[in-house]
Amino acid sequence: MNRRSFIVSSAAVTGGLAVGFNPFQTNIVRAQDGSPELTAWVVIQPNDTVIIRMARSEMGQGTITGLAQMVAEELECDWNKVTYEYPTPGTSLKRKRVWGDFSTGGSRGIRTSHDYVRLGGATARVMLVQAAANQWKVPASECVAANSVITHKASGRKTTYGKVAEAAARLEPPKDVKLKDPKEWKLIGKPVKRLDTVDKVNGKQVYGFDLKLPGMLNAAIKDCPVFGGKVKSFDAGRVTSMKGVKKVVPVGDSAVAVVAETWWQAKTALDALPIQWDEGPNAKVSQESILATLKEGLGASQAFVGNQNGDVKAGFAKATKTVEATYFYPFLNHAPMEPMNASARYTPDRCEVWVPTQDGEASFAALLAASGLPADKCEVYKINLGGGFGRRGAFQDYVTQAVIIAKQMPGVPVKLLWTREEDMLHGHYHPIMMAKLTGGLDASGNLVGLHVRLSGQSILAAVRPHIVEQQKGRDPLTFQGLADTGEHSFGYSIPNLLIDHAMRNTHVPPGFWRGVNINQNAVFMECFMDELAQAAGQDELEFRRKNMQGLPRNLGVLNAVAERIGWSKPAKPGIYRGLAQMKAFNSFVAAACEISVQDGNKVKVHRIVAATDPGYAVNPAQIERQVSGSFVYGLSALFMQENTVKDGRIVEDNFHTFPSMRISQMPKVETIIIANGGGIWGGIGEPTICVAAPAVMNAFFKATGKRLRDVPLKNQGIELV
Amino acid sequence: MVRLTINGKTHNVDVDPNTPLLWVIREQIGLTGTKYGCGIAQCGACTVHVNGAPMRSCMLPVSTVVGQKITTIEGLASGKTLHRVQQAWIAHDVPQCGYCQSGMIMAAAALLASKPKPTDADIDAAITNICRCGTFQEVRTAIHAAAKATKA
Repeated sequence: MNRRSFIVSSAAVTGGLAVGFNPFQTNIVRAQDGSPELTAWVVIQPNDTVIIRMARSEMGQGTITGLAQMVAEELECDWNKVTYEYPTPGTSLKRKRVWGDFSTGGSRGIRTSHDYVRLGGATARVMLVQAAANQWKVPASECVAANSVITHKASGRKTTYGKVAEAAARLEPPKDVKLKDPKEWKLIGKPVKRLDTVDKVNGKQVYGFDLKLPGMLNAAIKDCPVFGGKVKSFDAGRVTSMKGVKKVVPVGDSAVAVVAETWWQAKTALDALPIQWDEGPNAKVSQESILATLKEGLGASQAFVGNQNGDVKAGFAKATKTVEATYFYPFLNHAPMEPMNASARYTPDRCEVWVPTQDGEASFAALLAASGLPADKCEVYKINLGGGFGRRGAFQDYVTQAVIIAKQMPGVPVKLLWTREEDMLHGHYHPIMMAKLTGGLDASGNLVGLHVRLSGQSILAAVRPHIVEQQKGRDPLTFQGLADTGEHSFGYSIPNLLIDHAMRNTHVPPGFWRGVNINQNAVFMECFMDELAQAAGQDELEFRRKNMQGLPRNLGVLNAVAERIGWSKPAKPGIYRGLAQMKAFNSFVAAACEISVQDGNKVKVHRIVAATDPGYAVNPAQIERQVSGSFVYGLSALFMQENTVKDGRIVEDNFHTFPSMRISQMPKVETIIIANGGGIWGGIGEPTICVAAPAVMNAFFKATGKRLRDVPLKNQGIELV
Repeated sequence: MVRLTINGKTHNVDVDPNTPLLWVIREQIGLTGTKYGCGIAQCGACTVHVNGAPMRSCMLPVSTVVGQKITTIEGLASGKTLHRVQQAWIAHDVPQCGYCQSGMIMAAAALLASKPKPTDADIDAAITNICRCGTFQEVRTAIHAAAKATKA
């Protein structure tokens, strides 16, 4: 039995509190098994097992292993004795959010919690050493800790963390604990193995979809296929006598669920259930009507400014050549392998939810709202996620639905599982966006002016409207990778620049999709830089370098990929290269690729060299996996995926019409990590995804002379082979 | 009643004979390592072995596999000894979220059973599972490593 997942899944499955105040002893906070808590992040069992508690969610990206490395680094514990568990949101709330933010998105897991989790480990170490020193009646300064063992240097006496944890937990946590200098790190920066692998290869890992509770029933659901539509009527009598069916219930005003003994019975009955929809006015919306709205925005007089310097009109006046191009990026479903699901049990005195979630507190908020119960009567237990990619953070629709269903069957635990079709039709999609780019070149081929006009959907207007309100209608997130300042600042030093956004929202709900707005912005900007370089008759790398004054880290990653791919030397016959660079989520990223094209439309991506400069690299092996994995997600979107709208609903309803890359299409990915410290931490899970697509599109032009500007490429007859 | 042999054990289950094998494995037998991803035999998360051959169980009516030898991810190891594919998966830290990996491992194990030393082209042809985290680079490395661990 794998100890690590036992702890995680048993806490989840039994529904017990992962932590709680000890009923029989004051002052010490104890874990469920009675072991003492030293700090909120560190529990130590008598056998020296270290349980590291993390609020962020592991969904494959390796964040839990990286965070545990950071705690263990400062704790000076034996890495082989480290395990982890999730605190519950309700407990966190009772303890004044001691674990900090639960939200696991925006590539923030490590970069925005590294300081307090390291402090949590360091504080526990100081307490353990002090407890040993007290026992030996020697000054703590004469004792050292390493590998879960404390040694009194002068006498050679030794003890272990497990033996002094109880005494250490009674000490007042010190206030002025110093963190290690990064130069002293031994575990941070090492490619240690993940903590959570074993149960993923033997079928034992419990995902939300696998949860079993005593007496549990299963629910299948259909929401109105047109966003904003409602249920007009349904004929429950037609299915209530079907085998296993327990109840047919309305869910809000837009959905119907069937609850049955097994999910297959529920789904079979739901398929047979006659439902009349009131599709509402959105049923008139089509892909064409949405595209027409976006096209209008390309030339609209009103737009929100994201980045501006100099005078773009004056710049264009100096130009002897003007280049103009229009690009497009579509709606995309997240399509994590595990469809949306949540389990709920409701009584008027208590409501509990078990859910694979990227944000336990967002799940908790959805539970509170749907149950109508106060926070002290509610709890959320986080379960392993079969992928998230942004779908399971800000959006908790499945939690709301599960609670509404459970409320109609008090006392009975109900697991709601969406079909893949439901998942495809009720996403929170990558925003749809067009861009018109205009660049002016002078007689010497210098870029003297650039206007990027974005036209399309705002995520924040739909999801975080208060931010858009504060910004007087502007969505600052739209400018990721193109912004004037901050963690998504623009990677070029172009004089006379204007980047603006004509916000054109649709009825299709937008969401944060791995990489978010850098996906389209990198395609727009980095393909257009190639168009400009070619119009100026210059090498694409040299042209970029000339326009990257004062941007040493952007230049660093670009140079690194150019050197590794061999940009200065000719490629092998039939092989063509492309480049791209951007700053995203506080990391600097670049890619260079090699492709070949057969019959003008069959693209083989042989190799992608990708460089990431996040400042700090906690686990290089996991960074490599995030980079190469993100290219599967990003290149699937580039070549073969899009969601389109017909009669107000999404057309593509499963992987046959929304395909995803297979292993035969996988390029060789070589990852370069640049980590020179400097105090600023960049993200890992998302940034690099954005540079693969433009690098490949740029290489395609080199191979064929044909410039691709519309994603996905399948619409131009192009295949990934 | 449908009589099934799963991981060497015989089960008599009271189920509609049209029920896909996937849901019988999960809901009647209670083995949840085999996953649902699409329900249309596209993604491969539901891959099991039927008489040693990899099959997508989400569209396979349970009535069609009566009397045949079915193996799921839970039955791949020999007692406490993990299958060499599972060992290679651990050694190369292959899974990310892990949800598709049961099916991926079953497909890889079936490939090695029929082709002990597969080429990259063999892997491309046999492994058609979808992985949204994008573990393909590690999957390929681990299959080659498992092949090397095979006694010739």
